[in-house]
Amino acid sequence: MTQALQTILARHQFNPTRLLQILREAQEALTWIAPEYIDTLAAGLGLPRARVEGVAGFYRFLHTDAPCRYRLLFSDNITDRMLGNQDLLTTLCEMLWVERGHISEDGLASVDTTSCTGMCDQGPALLVNGWAIPRLSRERLARIAELILAQAPVETWPRELFAVADNLRRADILLGNPLQPGDALRVALPLGRATLLEEIKHSNLRGRGGAGFATGLKWAACRDAAGDHANARRYVVCNADEGEPGTFKDRVLLSTQADLVFEGMTVCAYAINGSQGFLYLRGEYRYLLAPLNGVLARRREAGLLGRDILGHAGFDFDIEIHLGAGAYVCGEESALIESLEGKRGIPRNRPPYPVSHGYLQCPTTLNNVETFCAAALVAAKGADWYRGIGTVKSAGTKVLSVSGDCARPGIYEYPFGVTVRQVLADCGAENTLAVQISGPSGVCIAADEFDRRIAFEDLATAGAFMVFDRSRDMFEVARNFAHFFAHESCGFCTPCRVGTAMLRSTMDKIAAGHGTLYDLAEIEKLDRVLNQSAHCGLGHTACNPTLDTMKRFRPTYERRLKSLDFEPAFDLDGALAAARRMTGRDDTGAHLSTEIEA
Amino acid sequence: MSETFQLDGEDVPFAPAQTVLQAALAAGRYIPHLCYHPEFKPHGSCRVCTVQANGRTQAACTLPAAAGLEVESASEEMNALRRTLVQMLFAEGNHFCPSCEKSGNCVLQALGSDLGVLTAGFRHFYPDRPVDASHPDILLDFNRCILCELCVRASCEVDGKCVFALSGRGLDKHLIVNAASGKLVDTDIALFDKAMEVCPVGVILKKRVGFAVPIGQRRYDQRPISAQALDDAPRVSAASGECAACEGSGAVSALALTEPASSFGEETP
Ligand SMILES: Cc1cc2nc3c(=O)[nH]c(=O)nc-3n(C[C@H](O)[C@H](O)[C@H](O)COP(=O)(O)O)c2cc1C
Ligand code: SF4
Ligand code: SF4
Ligand code: FES
Repeated sequence: MTQALQTILARHQFNPTRLLQILREAQEALTWIAPEYIDTLAAGLGLPRARVEGVAGFYRFLHTDAPCRYRLLFSDNITDRMLGNQDLLTTLCEMLWVERGHISEDGLASVDTTSCTGMCDQGPALLVNGWAIPRLSRERLARIAELILAQAPVETWPRELFAVADNLRRADILLGNPLQPGDALRVALPLGRATLLEEIKHSNLRGRGGAGFATGLKWAACRDAAGDHANARRYVVCNADEGEPGTFKDRVLLSTQADLVFEGMTVCAYAINGSQGFLYLRGEYRYLLAPLNGVLARRREAGLLGRDILGHAGFDFDIEIHLGAGAYVCGEESALIESLEGKRGIPRNRPPYPVSHGYLQCPTTLNNVETFCAAALVAAKGADWYRGIGTVKSAGTKVLSVSGDCARPGIYEYPFGVTVRQVLADCGAENTLAVQISGPSGVCIAADEFDRRIAFEDLATAGAFMVFDRSRDMFEVARNFAHFFAHESCGFCTPCRVGTAMLRSTMDKIAAGHGTLYDLAEIEKLDRVLNQSAHCGLGHTACNPTLDTMKRFRPTYERRLKSLDFEPAFDLDGALAAARRMTGRDDTGAHLSTEIEA
Repeated sequence: MSETFQLDGEDVPFAPAQTVLQAALAAGRYIPHLCYHPEFKPHGSCRVCTVQANGRTQAACTLPAAAGLEVESASEEMNALRRTLVQMLFAEGNHFCPSCEKSGNCVLQALGSDLGVLTAGFRHFYPDRPVDASHPDILLDFNRCILCELCVRASCEVDGKCVFALSGRGLDKHLIVNAASGKLVDTDIALFDKAMEVCPVGVILKKRVGFAVPIGQRRYDQRPISAQALDDAPRVSAASGECAACEGSGAVSALALTEPASSFGEETP
């Protein structure tokens, strides 16, 4: 054990900023993070052991509970639920003789849920020891159970189980680009740094990760930032954390356009004078690591990374991939940087912003995967060409991840300005009740808004497009999202740590038939508190899906309310559950009538 | 100190690098706060100091003071928000004030009194948080932890020991100690560490001195926290080497003793 840990530590030069990567590798090699491993790692890195334990305790894919050979985590987005993941989870538990959420006594397997794993177009999906398996069915689960009971190492499982489809349905300038590796750089480098930056500004390119910040302004601010120390290095970070439920376009960009992503990062490095790049890849996309490293190696060989890139003396830049470990909040840019530094993924206080004080407090440009792709296109083909596509305020195209109730879920790229109705027609959606745009932190729209447009000036989106037809219950959609936010809150600030948990329990109370009008008012109050006082965007938006659906589909809430008066939260019958379990009784006599109204 | 910003319509001067809360306190103006401690870098986690600055709500403790900023703090809207946040903290932990030996010296309780928090407001979570009584001289009662990280910071930055850290996340976030056993007795904490005196609530307690000062004669039994917080910035009590806000020293701020007792703080929320 210690030998394995020492090897991992040495691979990372005993560098504490590598702590998360080290813990990930330890987890993979040894199936868990035992207390004595924490001691070894803390000693090796010169960190207090409590710091190491605190980091291990933050990330969902690091397990400090007990060894377990096969950890199975079912993706639990609403789209997985709509495809029957709950029944499948129960089935797998029965096949493996395990209780959900508990490691089997022989330490063989555990089965639980995790937040959306980005396979919504081919769900239900799960992760086995971090490796994605989409398109679950009873048959596939039976094979998985067989392999586990035979104790076959995951590396030896049939590759076909792990095959992830791209489901490319509509390509435009980005997904259909004819560029070869290096094409964009060959245009960009002769322009010189200043002109290149002007091109990016002039293109009107805005960030694709959700906030829509002007990319050229961000790059310029980073280039101009002094940094704390003279000769501060400048960093380029690609946000491939893609944790927003219903979003999987970055996964497809990384599997089909990896060169373009890295090319965009290199273009950025040239513009801002950056020397080191990182791609922060969400842990759920672990399977992309080797292919992406392969692309990086090819680019180094081709002189597109490394020293004197494309013969430009003094332009040195390389890219390294860091893996996340199950934390949605690490998609928030400053939390991502903390995580890159090997810490708990807590959003920083801002100002200062990453452009001046990012990775290791140095100037850092951080953009979404798709933004870097678009930047490479701009560099290759010019700002005027780019801004001619889309709308006046939203230049270029947007890649959408379409999932839910439609015939053809998958990836659709459109020029900005496309209507929701058009997308619904293209993906074969019928009888559509609602669309969740940009995931739980976005907006939920109903049929009378389907003529609205995908664009920064109307429906801004990070890419998720989840379709719900008339058979769906939008209350359950909102409840799933409330669980998501409570599960993913980092816990730093009071309103979000406590408020998201309160929202979750209020939604559960309503679902259980104990809700009252008072609870609806409490939801509105929680929304105000979170909006006014949460520390980061996760908390600000956590009540959005509930409020949106309450506004547009209020009957689905009211139908569930027990009475229009206040009702105590205390569930007398529920409180007796433990006694019933202990006495093994579940007959009518062991239940109190919970009917209060006549 | 020539530049100013506006706080509730009045000019407040500020020095470079001061935040709105720091400048306000230095100028004798109170903004309710909880996780902020004048000797440490602002944390920004409790959000009790939230103010409206140029129309946007922001945490005053981390918001850089800037010329011309218009800050609104004493509004009913902001105080209602603060009440809710305090209620959330009460609901999250297990705070049985009448039986807590920090009662009367507790910042959370004093804030609650000052803000007029009269009811719990929310359903309580009743978390299961076992106490750590392993250390012969120190008790850790996690039931009251509000996760402000002051002890973490004091232990790392001042004591150089890093006895405390945080683990878990979301509602499962919790304080841990620097020992494989998870027990305080196996850490190198010492009674006179800074970490022993910064806890605003009743988590880190010296054993056997709990009720040396009777309830009713404690810090916030004398005067409301809104008055006393100003004494701390700049630190009046620092002269004694001990933080008067903290349980265990048996000390009641000298200033507090000279002031007439107010009615605040006598009822526990
Ligand atoms: C809770 C939270 C999660 C986020 N997740 C992501 C993400 O997965 N990917 C992403 O690109 N941006 C995400 N963002 C937005 C980033 O903070 C940041 O704005 C973005 O990556 C900047 O890149 P852009 O300018 O290219 O859009 C998230 C923000 C928040 C508040
Ligand atoms: S809003 Fe939520 S996720 Fe963001 S810092 Fe606060 S607790 Fe963490
Ligand atoms: S023990 Fe006290 S000082 Fe430490 S985090 Fe908890 S409340 Fe804050
Ligand atoms: S005092 Fe400002 S957030 Fe706690």
